[in-house]
Amino acid sequence: MSKAMEPDLQTPLGRASGQVAKKPAKEWSHPSNHWLRGFVIDNRAALGTLAVFIVMMAVFIIANPTVFTTWYLYSSVLTTLPVALFVVVPLVFVVTCGEIDLSFPATMGFASWVFALVVQAGYDPFLGIAAALVTGTLLGFLVGSLVVYGGLSSLIATLGMNFLLRGLIQIINEGKSTALTGVADSSAYKIFSSQVWGIPVQIFWAIAFVVFSALLYNRHRFGAQVKVVGDNPDSARQMGIDVKWVRVKVFVFVGIGAAIAGTFSVMINFTWWPTAGDGYLLPVLASVFVGGTPTWGGIGTVVGGAIGAVTVSFIQTGVVAAGLSGFYVQFFNGLIIILSLLGHKWNQARYR
Amino acid sequence: MSERIIELRDIKKSYGQVYALGGVDLSVDRGEVVGLIGDNGAGKSTLIKILSGVVKPTSGDILVRGKPVSGWSAARSRDAGIETVFQDRALAVQQTIVRNIFMGRELTSFMGWLKVNKEIEEASRLMREIGFTSKVFTPHSIVGQLSGGERQGVAIARAIYKQAELIILDEPTTALSLTETAKVFHFVRQVRASGRSILFIGHNIHHVFDIADRFVVLDRGKVALTAGRTEIKSAEDLINFMEDVAHPGGLPGLHEDAEQGAQ
Repeated sequence: MSKAMEPDLQTPLGRASGQVAKKPAKEWSHPSNHWLRGFVIDNRAALGTLAVFIVMMAVFIIANPTVFTTWYLYSSVLTTLPVALFVVVPLVFVVTCGEIDLSFPATMGFASWVFALVVQAGYDPFLGIAAALVTGTLLGFLVGSLVVYGGLSSLIATLGMNFLLRGLIQIINEGKSTALTGVADSSAYKIFSSQVWGIPVQIFWAIAFVVFSALLYNRHRFGAQVKVVGDNPDSARQMGIDVKWVRVKVFVFVGIGAAIAGTFSVMINFTWWPTAGDGYLLPVLASVFVGGTPTWGGIGTVVGGAIGAVTVSFIQTGVVAAGLSGFYVQFFNGLIIILSLLGHKWNQARYR
Repeated sequence: MSERIIELRDIKKSYGQVYALGGVDLSVDRGEVVGLIGDNGAGKSTLIKILSGVVKPTSGDILVRGKPVSGWSAARSRDAGIETVFQDRALAVQQTIVRNIFMGRELTSFMGWLKVNKEIEEASRLMREIGFTSKVFTPHSIVGQLSGGERQGVAIARAIYKQAELIILDEPTTALSLTETAKVFHFVRQVRASGRSILFIGHNIHHVFDIADRFVVLDRGKVALTAGRTEIKSAEDLINFMEDVAHPGGLPGLHEDAEQGAQ
């Protein structure tokens, strides 16, 4: 096709830059051709989040160098952090798709309740995990269908579903918890919740989940379509993408993540509470946005979200370890969120 | 007799009580450039949306290569070899050029994993063909950084990737400079020379007259005129006809279905 080009039309489409185009390619190289620069530009949101984390930790360590050398501090973070990661990462997909899901705490509670019921009935915990995953998938599908096919605002509809599902759990259980003492002896516990060289094994599963999801986000049709739908749903529709189904799928993904998270949290505590998952709502949301995924959809970062989760889970531990009283925790939470948002705003241009 | 790529028969589309299209017949043959003209509100956009599968007609038949289709959708339309360059270009501006070119048509291997390298390779090839000779932009460039003409180039690159049989260009010359318009015209002629078809929608009657083999004038949801080059001798003829349609009183005898223009 280019052979047939007329001589006077050799300039690039829409760009009056005859001189630039005529120069030999060797003389002229754009700075972004350098791999490091390209890497920084492609991952600037995640790197920005990492910078926030490093600065925060530096402040804590300067305040109290001795505490941060004790292993116990990291061990406690590594026990609870994985639970958050399993929901933070799918939420990055949801936010990229231009939606929000506030129903994941109830899904965590519901799916882990099913897990607890199966285990309490004497079945193998593996079967309980499978049942929890099915529950999470179905609840995600239910929430997603309600939002997408019902044409409801995801903010309000998922908030409603969160109350509804949690209410259902409370009505049936009347506030009673379920103890799962038998779990500790099971092989499922050894695989998913024990310690390897003193490190809680959940963190490895969580890292694997983050890596898989990052690939899904950047190297899979699902991630590509999620981004396009969040960016410009009309264009996506015009190009033949089933926009509604893509949207439902991100909610299903959150359901699955929440089921895994809920099951892990029950296995850590050997107990299921009717409130399981409730405490994760705000920290998880904060992690997504601290992580550098903007609110407007179309772009986001899975790795950034994971670093955001690490940052948020270190705030509480760090504040106390640095010698401040627990009353400072909320203040620091807010400070980190605001500073991160300001940083990301400066870091990311929004194209329209 | 050349093959009929697509045919619309008695297409009607109503939005509630309002009829956007009141029974439109339209066909495009292989290797033909059809110019579609009409005032604002004539139903051009609705017709294009029906052709590209974005909007479903209220009634009427769509025939692709002579066969009636069912379950017409945007995906079906693209599978049938119809690509549309929409007026707003339908780009996701926060995404890279690669992601826009392969929007809805990602190159995947097993289980839906992207063939990233293959996509980049193909995107660079298409960008060269379209005329992105500048080194500033790579397939990884964000579309939001491009100028209007370059964005049009990305939309066209997406349309030609699969060797579409029919390319619909919706107001492709609006807001483009003279050089860019010349490029679009050049592109249209190349497509016709390669034996494929174009449906060219334009506001600028001179542009449409210069490029099209056959003209279809749409007025208030109906085809007011179908005429080939033999009936329409100059752009002035078209303009006069458009004015007559807008202000009725003495229509020229051009209402019969015309044969395809000689070429």
